[in-house]
Amino acid sequence: MTARPKLVLENVSMTFQSDGKPFTALAPVDLEIPAGKFISLIGPSGCGKSTIFNIVAGLQPPSTGRVLIDGEDATGLIGRVGYMLQKDLLLPWRNVLDNVALGMEIRGVSMKEARARAMPLLERYGLGGFEYRYPGSLSGGMRQRAALLRTLLVDQDVVLLDEPFGALDAQTKSRMQEWLLQLFNDFGRTVVFVTHDVEEAVFLSDEIYVMASRPGRVIEKLPVDLPRPRDRAIVSTPRFVAMKKYCLDLLHMAEPADDLAA
Amino acid sequence: MATKTTSLPPTRSLFTVLSLFGASDDKGRPIRKLPVRTLWSNWIIALVQLSILVTIVAGWELGATFGLIDKFFWSQPSAIFKTGVIFFTEGDAFTDIAFTFRSTLFGFFLGTTSGALLGMSFWWSRNYARIVQPYVICLESMPKLALAPLIIMVFGMGLASKVAIATALTLVVSTLTAWSGVQAVDRDQEKLFYSLGASRFQVFSKLIIPACIPWIISILRVNIGLALTGAIVGEFVSSQHGLGRTIIYAGQTYEIALVWVAVFVLSALSMVMYAAVAWLETVLRKGINQ
Ligand SMILES: Nc1ncnc2c1ncn2[C@@H]1O[C@H](COP(=O)(O)OP(=O)(O)O)[C@@H](O)[C@H]1O
Ligand SMILES: [Mg+2]
Repeated sequence: MTARPKLVLENVSMTFQSDGKPFTALAPVDLEIPAGKFISLIGPSGCGKSTIFNIVAGLQPPSTGRVLIDGEDATGLIGRVGYMLQKDLLLPWRNVLDNVALGMEIRGVSMKEARARAMPLLERYGLGGFEYRYPGSLSGGMRQRAALLRTLLVDQDVVLLDEPFGALDAQTKSRMQEWLLQLFNDFGRTVVFVTHDVEEAVFLSDEIYVMASRPGRVIEKLPVDLPRPRDRAIVSTPRFVAMKKYCLDLLHMAEPADDLAA
Repeated sequence: MATKTTSLPPTRSLFTVLSLFGASDDKGRPIRKLPVRTLWSNWIIALVQLSILVTIVAGWELGATFGLIDKFFWSQPSAIFKTGVIFFTEGDAFTDIAFTFRSTLFGFFLGTTSGALLGMSFWWSRNYARIVQPYVICLESMPKLALAPLIIMVFGMGLASKVAIATALTLVVSTLTAWSGVQAVDRDQEKLFYSLGASRFQVFSKLIIPACIPWIISILRVNIGLALTGAIVGEFVSSQHGLGRTIIYAGQTYEIALVWVAVFVLSALSMVMYAAVAWLETVLRKGINQ
């Protein structure tokens, strides 16, 4: 515990005003995320996962608390982390290459330089041959790859990924997970990953935070001590299965009864 | 037959009656073929269109010759053709065409660009947008052509006043369209830009403007028609040149053949400009890949 955590949330909470009544989307949350780890947040929809990300990305001021990155107060600062929102949000008028280069361009890198940097990565990470295609003609998996590379290319140590594979079919999803692990190894970033797929969380993560709703809160932190690099075969090992069952039980316990009825 | 239908349940009796008129399967449901629509080939369509045109022109010509149609009010094709030749060889055809063309084009360009800029500028400040928008809506509902005499007084009888009326007609539509474009931008898209650390100006230039361009392109065809209308109305009110002025002038002196000539030339001009803008539209759309 000598290493300083990369990302810290101190007493962060969020209360929205809806119809004049205060609504607690997020009860005070404390997180400490070590550098270079893969962390997942899982929880039912509406438990405040995207809200946490918006706060960390500086897009939403928290009602209380602060966000520290490398020990410095980063509350309300934009551009300090790479953030991939729930949708891919590729610009339809830019080809894949220019979409991936967008982050660098915004940081003042010249378009030529940004393209030159993006090009080899597109080739390397499965978008070779798609550089000059437009997002409208890409499959869901390809679009997610482009959006993820755009996020990684802004050169921030912390990367937030909000349900990047939520809309993909099972087969594409598992291929994308392996692809993401490869990126994680190559880039050595600190990744915070949101999902509501328990198997996905266990397969990818070093630590899992389980959340519950009403109010949104973290109910448990689970270390995942499965060896890396991980192979798909791991999902049928007893340890993996036990881990997954434990998470599912936690989620079921946390889920209010009326949600099950819906 | 009647006793048989009454003995059946009511829903089936209807079909039994129908079966008198068409085929039905053994459960009494009607059977029909999918209706087939045959398409005539292009040359047949063209031939029919041409013969309609020839019939109208010939009917008009003969009707006028034999006194069925009043030549004084309606003129006749042969006289219109002769007047047309004179208009182009000895008259002011080219000056008039150039005048109307120029005022339309300037008005189209000015109205579209300034309207687009105004509409997109609303993105910058919510407060500014809330203050200015009611005025834009007021302008939208105002019959701007009614202001033509006033505009002529302010801008004079020359080109400037025609351009001003054409601009007034196109500006408001362009503003509202560009504003719709701004509002259609996904809020999350803006969020993405800010999460990358973008400045307001970067969001505007790299997101808002490109996102609005298809909206602005979509208004071009409407605007060219509006601009032409504006220019002609300006010429109606007061002008020394232009096709609109020729129409008014010829009408007042009962040169009905010249009225027709000017109307036909105007239609041709309008079609040419419309085709040019439609072409521009496809080029622009290809340029932005939408
Ligand atoms: N801007 C907002 N105003 C009011 N309520 C909001 C706002 N953003 C999110 N919420 C509410 O906060 C709760 C958590 O939302 P969110 O963080 O998007 O959940 P999750 O990503 O876990 O599905 C939801 O109930 C949502 O309706
Ligand atoms: Mg969410």
